[in-house]
Amino acid sequence: MSTREYMLGNVAIARGIVEGGAQVISGYPGTPSSEIIDTLSRMDDRNFYVEWSVNEKVAMEVAAGAAWTGVRSVVVMKHVGLNVAADPLMTLAYTGVKGGMIIIVADDPSCHSSQNEQDSRKYADFSLVPCLDPSTIQEAKDIIPYAFELSEKFGIPIIFRTTTRISHGKSDVKQGEVFENRPIAHFEKLVDRWVMLPKNARVRHLHLLDIQDSIASELEKSPLNELTINNDPQSKMGIIASGIASVYAKEAILNIELDASFLKIGTYPVPKGLIKKILEHAETVLVIEELEPVVEDRVKIIANEIGSGARIIGKTGDFVPGVGELNVELCEYAIANAFGVTKKSNIADSMVDVADLVNITDIELPLRPPAMCPGCSHRAVYYAMKKVFGNDAVYPSDIGCYTLGVQSGTVETTLCMGSSITLASGIYHAGEPRPICCSIGDSTFFHTGMNGLMNAVYNKANITVTILDNRITAMTGHQPNPGMGKTATGDVTVDISIKKLCLGLGAKFVEVVDAYDYKATEEVFKRAKEYAGTSVVIAEQACVIDARRAGIRLKPYIIDVEKCTGCKQCVKFGCPAIEFDAKSKHAKITALCTGCGVCVHICKFGAISVVEQ
Amino acid sequence: MITDKEKLELVISGVGGQGAILASDIIGKAAVLKGIPIRAAETHGMAQRGGSVVNHIRLGCELGSMIPLHGADVLLALEPAEALRYIDLLSGNGVVIVNTEPVLPVTVTSGGNDYPDVSKIVEVLKSTHKVIAFNASELAIKAGHPQTMNVVMVGAASKYLPVGKDLLIDCIKEMVPPKTVDINVRAFELGREQVPSHNQ
Repeated sequence: MSTREYMLGNVAIARGIVEGGAQVISGYPGTPSSEIIDTLSRMDDRNFYVEWSVNEKVAMEVAAGAAWTGVRSVVVMKHVGLNVAADPLMTLAYTGVKGGMIIIVADDPSCHSSQNEQDSRKYADFSLVPCLDPSTIQEAKDIIPYAFELSEKFGIPIIFRTTTRISHGKSDVKQGEVFENRPIAHFEKLVDRWVMLPKNARVRHLHLLDIQDSIASELEKSPLNELTINNDPQSKMGIIASGIASVYAKEAILNIELDASFLKIGTYPVPKGLIKKILEHAETVLVIEELEPVVEDRVKIIANEIGSGARIIGKTGDFVPGVGELNVELCEYAIANAFGVTKKSNIADSMVDVADLVNITDIELPLRPPAMCPGCSHRAVYYAMKKVFGNDAVYPSDIGCYTLGVQSGTVETTLCMGSSITLASGIYHAGEPRPICCSIGDSTFFHTGMNGLMNAVYNKANITVTILDNRITAMTGHQPNPGMGKTATGDVTVDISIKKLCLGLGAKFVEVVDAYDYKATEEVFKRAKEYAGTSVVIAEQACVIDARRAGIRLKPYIIDVEKCTGCKQCVKFGCPAIEFDAKSKHAKITALCTGCGVCVHICKFGAISVVEQ
Repeated sequence: MITDKEKLELVISGVGGQGAILASDIIGKAAVLKGIPIRAAETHGMAQRGGSVVNHIRLGCELGSMIPLHGADVLLALEPAEALRYIDLLSGNGVVIVNTEPVLPVTVTSGGNDYPDVSKIVEVLKSTHKVIAFNASELAIKAGHPQTMNVVMVGAASKYLPVGKDLLIDCIKEMVPPKTVDINVRAFELGREQVPSHNQ
């Protein structure tokens, strides 16, 4: 029994990458994909190269370069990262690869930790790159060696699409053998393959179209696709489900005890032959898939081709929602409604029960949104920023832990990685008369913020850019970045100075301040606000979580109840370590205090002081 | 073939930072060692910054990781408000094991919201379900460290799990920092004592 191990989906995927014999792995952190490279970079005996790249486009090109030398490579990112890497992807489909290359993309239906819930399968369709969409964690691991073989057979990269419930699910996983064949890297000088001059690109586009049918027939046989024809020949019900939705659909079918033909799909191009078979057996075909109707549209086209009169429903007819993740209940609903099944799904009962429960309680549960940690330096910087720039200012922001500062009124835009400085520039050039102060984290600045700063300086945007430098990529699980002087595997490397970078990009006003030094931060913001042109404030302080792990302990603070007037000014600061005691009408500092000391400057009555003992 | 005895649908709810993932890992690892298939879904990423977290653990399951509404046999709530928040995942016959020590959300500490009376929460839970309520945070301190509250709760849940006490303790020993093994085993035992033994 011990051959099985309890594994996180992303850890299993990392294991699949090892089993598949990958020699170069790159990526940029992003929930829910980050633990894949975290796992690989922490392995003790590595016979592969692994890096955190500065963004997804860079990562994609690093992996492509490696694959062009004949070795197997992997690039890992979250779904929105593929937008950043879409430029190389679209032409990489033309050039193809020599060694196997897998593009791992983690989708986030329901936007658990994302700004949108785009469906990466659309990119497969757009680029004509094949896509694999596993339904379980075991399948996700097992499919990676297969994906490498497929990639090498057709000389094309493969998109491997995972979702939050695969990546952040856990399961017992059976490990496999490690692929031992490790080719020596050799870059073959094939100008007509690697130089996409128009004359070469036209040829390669034709080639890409030519291989589509062979890819489709190969994938038809993939174990990711599975057709079960129903027992009762009189039953004319067909259900097609893809990826993780197929396990939900399977459970729903079991619960309802429905005798329907069932086709599970896990590849794109979809298995045309199997779809034809189910269309021949069924009068109604319900397609269950998360997000976009990728399979459903394809089934309609195939039905049209073969002249099938089957009724094809799913997103069509509103049986399956087009937003958010699916689950067993939603599948039961869809199936029951689609086939008019009389057996009631138990969800209908439970809805009533929940309503009853709400009726019998007058308890209102307080919301529990994620918040910045006690002692987080971002909170202190935002507080000083708001104080100096005031309510009558515009605050574009970006993507990272600091987005949680939306409560403090200093996060007024979040569009995509690196968009804070550029949106600020646009708002300024449009003629917005109010002062504009944007915020961006260190890793996001390295990712795509730098270009925006160069553009702002070059085009004379009169804005203040605040770089919240907590010396780590915190939100995604504390990955190293170029400002830290260490690589993904912990090797010492050059520490890239954000200050010098900003000066190099042409900024004339660049000031560095300790984010815990509240007075100094306020003074810097005042000067930055007065400055005519693009001013840059770099607020440095280590992430509290990372500092604690590094063994840094600061003395906690306490509130003197004699001096506390109960004005709640410190409570409004929003630190989770500061609570208000309604009985005594005084604020108090709890054991959560990390000793940043910023609240001392917020209390007008001098009631907060450090605990000396 | 999975037997009914090996099946258990468990929800662990709590607040980011309370150790819900370690609790589910202990149970998951023990189940796998016993040869029981398992599927679990966890909250990672953004919600971990003090947000509400919920883990689904399906023992004896080979399908998806999400427990359907009213499908759970046990709701292990590391915090009282988080018991009520996820109560609709629990089946009518299910049992709630709840730590009565509240963790105030930022909407209460610095916002205008009130935290409901804990005894009221427990009363409401009792109106629909079997409830085992005790202060696991105090027991953790008694065991030797407040951070072992999650292991106290695993101890309480252990009488419902299809894996034996010894196997769970072996997993705990393997998974917690070496210096804290004794404290954690003590925490497990203190939690286990909270549940009447006829559930064993």
